[in-house]
Amino acid sequence: MKELKPAILLLIIFTIICGGIYPAVVSGIASVAFPNKAKGSLITDKSGKEIGSSLIGQPFSDPKYFWPRPSATTEFPYNPLASGGSNLGPTNSAYLKTVAERVKAIKDLGVSGTIPADLVQASASGLDPHISPEAAQVQIARIGKARGLAEDTVRKLVAAHTEDRQLGILGNPRVNVLALNLELDKLAQ
Amino acid sequence: MNLYEWLETILFFIVLLAMVKPFGAFMARVYQGDKTFLSPVLVPCENLLYRVCGVERDEEMDWKRYAVGLLLFNLLGGVALFSILLLQHLLPLNPQKLPAFSWHLALNTATSFMSNTNWQNYAGESTTSYFTQMFGLAVQNFLSSATGMVVAIALIRGFVRKKTSAIGNFWVDLTRSTLYILLPLSLVFAIFLVSQGVIQNFSPYKTVPLVQPVTGTTTVKEVTIPMGPVASQEAIKELGTNGGGFFNANSAHPFENPTPLTNMVEIFLILLIPGALTQTFGRMAGNPRQGWALLAVMLAILIFAMGVLYWAESAGNPLVAKLGVHGINMEGKDTRFSLAGSSLFAVATTGTSCGAVNTMHDSLTPLGGLMPLSLILLSEVIFGGVGTGLYTMLAFVVIAVFIAGLMIGRTPEFLGKKIEVREMWLSMITVLTSGILVLVFSGIAMMVPSAVASMANPGTHGLSEVLYAFASMSNNNGSAFAGLNGNTVFYNLTGALCMSIGRFAPIVASLAMAGSLAGKKYVPPSLGTLPTDKAPFALWLALVILIVGALTFFPALALGPIAEQLMMIR
Amino acid sequence: MSKHAPQPISIFDPRIMRPALVDSFKKLDPRALWRNPVMFAVEIASAITLVTFVMSLTGANKEPAWFTGLVSVWLWLTVIFANFSEALAEGRGKARAASLRKTRTNVTAKRLKKPEFGSSYETVPAPELRKDDYILVEANDLIAGDGDVIAGAALVNESAITGESAPVVRESGGDRSAVTGGTTVIANAIIVRITANPGETFLDRMISLIEGAKRRKTPNEVALEVLLIALTLVFLLVCANLSPLSIYSVKAAGQGTPVSLTILVALFVCLAPTTIAALLPAIGIAGMDRLFQKNVIALSGRAIEAAGDVNVLLLDKTGTITLGNREAVAFVPVGGHTEQEVAEVALMASLTDETPEGRSIVSLAKSKHGLQLALPADAENIPFSADTRLSGLNTDGKQYRKGAADSTVAFAKGLGAQSIPANLGEVVDKIARAGATPLVVSRDTEILGVVNLKDIIKGGIQERFQQLRSMGIRTVMITGDNPLTAAAIAAEAQVDDFLAQAKPEDKLRLIKENQEAGYMVAMTGDGTNDAPALAQADVAVAMNTGTQPAREAANIIDLDSNPTKLLDIVEVGKQILMTRGNLTTFSISNDVAKYFAIIPAMMLSIYPQLETLNIMRLATPLSAILSAVIFNAVIIPLLVPLALKGTKFRPMPAEKLLIHNLLIYGVGGMVAPFVGIKGIDLVVASFL
Repeated sequence: MKELKPAILLLIIFTIICGGIYPAVVSGIASVAFPNKAKGSLITDKSGKEIGSSLIGQPFSDPKYFWPRPSATTEFPYNPLASGGSNLGPTNSAYLKTVAERVKAIKDLGVSGTIPADLVQASASGLDPHISPEAAQVQIARIGKARGLAEDTVRKLVAAHTEDRQLGILGNPRVNVLALNLELDKLAQ
Repeated sequence: MNLYEWLETILFFIVLLAMVKPFGAFMARVYQGDKTFLSPVLVPCENLLYRVCGVERDEEMDWKRYAVGLLLFNLLGGVALFSILLLQHLLPLNPQKLPAFSWHLALNTATSFMSNTNWQNYAGESTTSYFTQMFGLAVQNFLSSATGMVVAIALIRGFVRKKTSAIGNFWVDLTRSTLYILLPLSLVFAIFLVSQGVIQNFSPYKTVPLVQPVTGTTTVKEVTIPMGPVASQEAIKELGTNGGGFFNANSAHPFENPTPLTNMVEIFLILLIPGALTQTFGRMAGNPRQGWALLAVMLAILIFAMGVLYWAESAGNPLVAKLGVHGINMEGKDTRFSLAGSSLFAVATTGTSCGAVNTMHDSLTPLGGLMPLSLILLSEVIFGGVGTGLYTMLAFVVIAVFIAGLMIGRTPEFLGKKIEVREMWLSMITVLTSGILVLVFSGIAMMVPSAVASMANPGTHGLSEVLYAFASMSNNNGSAFAGLNGNTVFYNLTGALCMSIGRFAPIVASLAMAGSLAGKKYVPPSLGTLPTDKAPFALWLALVILIVGALTFFPALALGPIAEQLMMIR
Repeated sequence: MSKHAPQPISIFDPRIMRPALVDSFKKLDPRALWRNPVMFAVEIASAITLVTFVMSLTGANKEPAWFTGLVSVWLWLTVIFANFSEALAEGRGKARAASLRKTRTNVTAKRLKKPEFGSSYETVPAPELRKDDYILVEANDLIAGDGDVIAGAALVNESAITGESAPVVRESGGDRSAVTGGTTVIANAIIVRITANPGETFLDRMISLIEGAKRRKTPNEVALEVLLIALTLVFLLVCANLSPLSIYSVKAAGQGTPVSLTILVALFVCLAPTTIAALLPAIGIAGMDRLFQKNVIALSGRAIEAAGDVNVLLLDKTGTITLGNREAVAFVPVGGHTEQEVAEVALMASLTDETPEGRSIVSLAKSKHGLQLALPADAENIPFSADTRLSGLNTDGKQYRKGAADSTVAFAKGLGAQSIPANLGEVVDKIARAGATPLVVSRDTEILGVVNLKDIIKGGIQERFQQLRSMGIRTVMITGDNPLTAAAIAAEAQVDDFLAQAKPEDKLRLIKENQEAGYMVAMTGDGTNDAPALAQADVAVAMNTGTQPAREAANIIDLDSNPTKLLDIVEVGKQILMTRGNLTTFSISNDVAKYFAIIPAMMLSIYPQLETLNIMRLATPLSAILSAVIFNAVIIPLLVPLALKGTKFRPMPAEKLLIHNLLIYGVGGMVAPFVGIKGIDLVVASFL
């Protein structure tokens, strides 16, 4: 068969080019140009120990921390090895029950009024590092109480950690929960 | 939509429309063998490749030889990937010591990547080694996209050429697609993605302590963050409308899509080649207006779908509203993307056959979820996959031209080529294969108890999950109502069947049509010829696409998303 | 001439109605219905409902028997209506064929031993005649088969074929030698060489064409069938898919009943493009029949459709664009001769010329110049030939000629003429530029002057060309005239182009060139020298008065021998395509409303919320389904008149036409069933 030779040879050559050379070149350039980002935007503590990634959310349920979005990852929330959403349908009774429970948990800790949707509905990635400024807002009073901080102090901290829309127009304003909570802990020390 | 979302959306389409024309022209030059700015570097590489592989660069093929080469090449690629998956545990670059795939999952996955579907019945971070990702999956991401593109180009040649059997040289077209188009763009955009935070490394997974350990049934004090060469994969995954995520959460994962800007860039990459190919077509056919007319039809339907999706999601879920939570439906969406950014991604990824997601489609409101599902069910022509979108769209054009031609009392013709019995058969195959597969296999699934048991949601939504699964696989999309547990023998095998038939039947039909058209003589237009590059025909084409889709799937959709939406709002 | 086109027979005529009704049932035979796959599928569906009906009666099926029974009845009616429309279309043709066939029976022929008068002959029945037999046909004999006159001349009555009562002359040699089987010799005797075997004669072909017995599907028809079959297959799967989906949904919802077989079958039939599939055969047959009413016989359906696609139309000037007779209007002297002299010579040159032009010269010379010349006894007639392109006579040692300028000059020079009058060119040009034909007259070497022969353009011809132009058809006038004359006439008649001084090979070349450029070429012709060009043209219309070679080369025969008939043929060709396209669009558009009728009805027990989709507010699920089925059936007979008459053709640009037809048949096709089904539901519900 006349086409067999080019088929085999081209497959091998393109496997080397696209599967080997290409990612290697990208890695090479990336490790020089954007070393931190290429390695996962990791956050280190004072000692230089890696304590997380600014892009990967962590689970918080203690009243003294800002709570992140609900996460539907398997085994435990914010499991980075099992990224994904709940995939629950909008009319699924199990889903509605879960949301009701989350609403209750938030209300039990003193939030009244409307509850921001992102605080009770699970994220797509299950690792969403952000919450909306509104979701941070409703938690300020609770944090202040739990930590014995003035609400204003917390509010300022939230404001400082609120990222605006990218380039002024893209996406939503958002608050990085892990960074904010680390800052809270730093404040406590 | 708020002001920012309007700006974001409008700006996006301005950039896209500004880019398709020059890029389409560039692709036309590449496939015609004209000189481009990359030629000085790449022509020598190209020639070396041909010499090594025994390819005569000026030797043209008839459609049969072209198809044989294509099928053989894809088959070999599939077999290679299948072997890699089965032997994963023995191969290098596997820092997590991940085991081999089961045979049926390997079969499903190999077919999936070979067919440009990238349906994933596995979670990337916990099942695939770096070697598999790079040398298996990413390679197929390149080659399956190139395959789609060359078929479109061969079909364009069919329309343009006269009284010849030659439709091009498969090996040359394939090589040029990869070297001139896919690789350079992937390289540039991969580096851009890293600059925004997409990871690119070969390190083992990182273990970090939790600030607040998880207590409860199990105690978790530290977590493992997966690593890998993500950016290089991410770029081609979007550019080649492949859609297979490095991670399970796909483009919702912060390591794949860290910022609103990467989100927009990824959507741009998804739509770029399919959109620009309309211009390549217009240019090669010597009628740029024709390219714009096709693009206009695609754009109109895409924007309409986006509007409905946005509206449905922003209206939120009334059942959740009863719990005191108002506003948009945030289930399955990440915070950093605006609703416009999520909606646009959802319609772009399903209008094309990409299938990457930044939103969990399973958790969309029923009406919202109906949009991606419908876009897939329209046979992937709203931009469509790289190449596949154009050749499937051209099959729709042939059908639309045929009926319209009769209605004005002429033997139908398009671009000066008469549409006859053979073209009708072939375009019906191209257009209807996926629909037939969806109807047959979703019906079978409903009769198989284990298949029904795979549903994650009960009732209408479960039905939607199964319908979406077969729609996605048969149309080589790859996105999912991902609650459905697809990693079962039933779904792995039926899926592999759907993906391969849904991919290669239209490809062979399109190549046959290219051959048949190329052999015809050219009929110059006269006053009696229906102009196919103006608004009335474009409108008619859109109607044909929508009506064929609606008539085929309305009953099934009525039992799925439509019934669910009505139940939800009442 | 008294012409009578075949009487259009009303479809409501009992002579047609009755056999059509019988045929509609005969056509239920699956072996016959197989040719129409969509209707075949519907027949199977109908058979299934018959079974479910019986099951309802015995209680094996829980649906009420009246419902399954009615569904079954209406599904069967759908098939019968489809058969009926085809039978009706065929019926008209059959009635006509029957009268033609009468002429074929009991004919005997006098077969000659040798092809000459006086040879002995045997009397044989017509079917025994073979090609190249020679027969003698005398006065009052029916000509037993198609053939060529090889000896003699006779007056022939061809009314059996053409409907034209005036007899025509058929004679050996030349362009009037062809005779058709079934016609009658009125006077004189001729010897005819048979050119067609029995069963292949013109009459035979005509009968089978009209009957539709040998009707082959045209390529467009087959392509459309591909579309319809593919859609039918998809709808079959849609319905098959619904069954397991509804079974699942019942389980999931915990209520309702799965969709029954009867309802699935009903849905299938409603969705399948039955309307167009049912009417498709009738459209083609009726199109042929409409042409026949215009006295045109298409030898294949393909030719008619090709006519609809024609881009270039080659028309003979004479008889098509201009009235056949050019008239002499003036004698213009050149080189110092007088007008009187010119008139005399022109008269001499025309004395033996029996063409209308020749006669008009004679009469002009007589009336205007008072000339009275008798034909000299020694006059030798020099007829017009394509080579010399001159005619005239020789008498008394003098050669009188008239002809085109270049031919006459060449002739004079050939005789040794030293000088040609200087102002000849000027005069000729002037006449030609005015659109008339300059005919130069000469006596021996002397050029005396020019006869101004004026072409008379047919009234209203410009509008017809305008009409053709708006249809995208380019008209090319073919003429033997010189380029100047041709240009002037072309301008006056508003044809797009012309071919002057055309010889047979020029015509052939012109056709080939156009085809090479991708155009569809139509041509009208009648002479033997047109035969090659006719054979080459995509649509070749031969005049029935034309020669046998011309008729054999053509694929359409015009019994009236009226060349502008091509316009009608083009129109019918387009009508056939348009009717098919429009009814296809209508048929598919109908499905939208049918979905809105049936889908909520069939799923209501599972998801009561789907009542929202019942936008027509149909009374009950069963009445909704029944109404859709009834609508689907009755729309067929309702559209039969449209299928038989064809959609009206309006010459307008393609794009406008598309919008126009989309509005009527697309939008109309969506709206009509909403109204129709609602109306039927009101009636059905009143009985429940």
